[in-house]
Amino acid sequence: MKIAITCVKKDKDSMIDERFGRCNYFTIYDTESKSFEHVENKGVTSAQGAGIAAGQQLLDHGVEALITGHVGPNAMKILQSGNVSIYKCSGKNIKEEIDLLLDNKLENINNAVPPHSGMRNRHGRA
Amino acid sequence: MKIAVLSGKGGTGKTTISTNLAKAMGWNYVDCDVEEPNGFIFLNPKVIKTEQVSIPVPEIDPSKCIGCQKCVNICQFNALAWANKDVLLFDKLCHGCGACSLVCGYGAISEVDREIGHIDVGNDEQITCMRGTLNIGEPMAVPIIRDLKKMIGNEKTIIDCSPGSTCSVVAAIEGVDYAVLVTEPTAFGLHDLKIAIELVRTMNIPFGIIINRGSHEKDLIEEHCEKEKINIIGKVMFDKDVAVLYSKGKLLVEHEKYKELFLHIGKKVEGEIACSLL
Ligand code: SF4
Ligand code: SF4
Repeated sequence: MKIAITCVKKDKDSMIDERFGRCNYFTIYDTESKSFEHVENKGVTSAQGAGIAAGQQLLDHGVEALITGHVGPNAMKILQSGNVSIYKCSGKNIKEEIDLLLDNKLENINNAVPPHSGMRNRHGRA
Repeated sequence: MKIAVLSGKGGTGKTTISTNLAKAMGWNYVDCDVEEPNGFIFLNPKVIKTEQVSIPVPEIDPSKCIGCQKCVNICQFNALAWANKDVLLFDKLCHGCGACSLVCGYGAISEVDREIGHIDVGNDEQITCMRGTLNIGEPMAVPIIRDLKKMIGNEKTIIDCSPGSTCSVVAAIEGVDYAVLVTEPTAFGLHDLKIAIELVRTMNIPFGIIINRGSHEKDLIEEHCEKEKINIIGKVMFDKDVAVLYSKGKLLVEHEKYKELFLHIGKKVEGEIACSLL
């Protein structure tokens, strides 16, 4: 299985980028060959539809799982159509995130978050 | 003959200026601020006709599609994707350019109309009023503005543009004879004004400035315009009468003192256009 992670730098010690469509690089880890590959995100240079371009790129690479922060509705649609499972990163480094995923400890966010769900977190206020 | 009214940003009084100018000059009024058209609130015309605006978007027949992905690759707007052996359409991103159906060699793509908004045509006693309205959540304003511009023809028209310097504004001011830039005497106003000036200069459109919510003292807009030799064609003072009329959804020209002012501004603009044609 190929796992993609959104990254800031082209390096396997890079920080994770919480953005999907506009991250700089994808690190793609192949669980069979245990190898890493780094690809530039084509979405960054897209004037519009960054999330779609990025999603298309992952499908073209045969990615089946993605670890990232936030996925927009367009990206969600293409990734789901391509049967990619999407997981929420937990703020660790790439290797730890992969281990967490393989241990089934990352939250699956395939169901697109309902709009404005972030507004529910109102720090204890109603 | 067309005059465009623009502003650096929202809330500057662009609609106030354009509706009152249209009424004072007796020119037709077209609201191209399709995301928030509110000129009709003040002009209150009787709507006599409504037309849908649509763009042609592709429809893919999966039984004819062989999955060559030519359509996906030609689309400049990422409106098409290839996922799980299917072409996926993101219709909100589609500009209706038709490139995908042209390249599909298997007749799998046909074009269907997708409604993105509508245009209302109305009558005031003396003038014709038009407005475009983009449906909620639709990102593509330019097709509506293009349709509006086609409907204007050669009539004497005031065009109320969207705020800012976006592609909607560019589409609205393309081919106009004169631009009126509405601004406020604040530092932010000046900042946005400079961007608007650059836009009209780049597009080679003669222009003048109207200061809204002005005071009797010399303000920073006037200082800037003096330095840059830019024409100020009018100043609308900030006073209680304006606020009261505005809050009632009334035109300022219903008040004698403002009628004078807008007639004067209108004359000036017409003079400026005449000069620019020499
Ligand atoms: S170009 Fe035509 S045949 Fe090729 S993928 Fe697109 S719809 Fe299918
Ligand atoms: S019509 Fe143009 S913009 Fe729309 S999907 Fe086809 S190629 Fe893309």
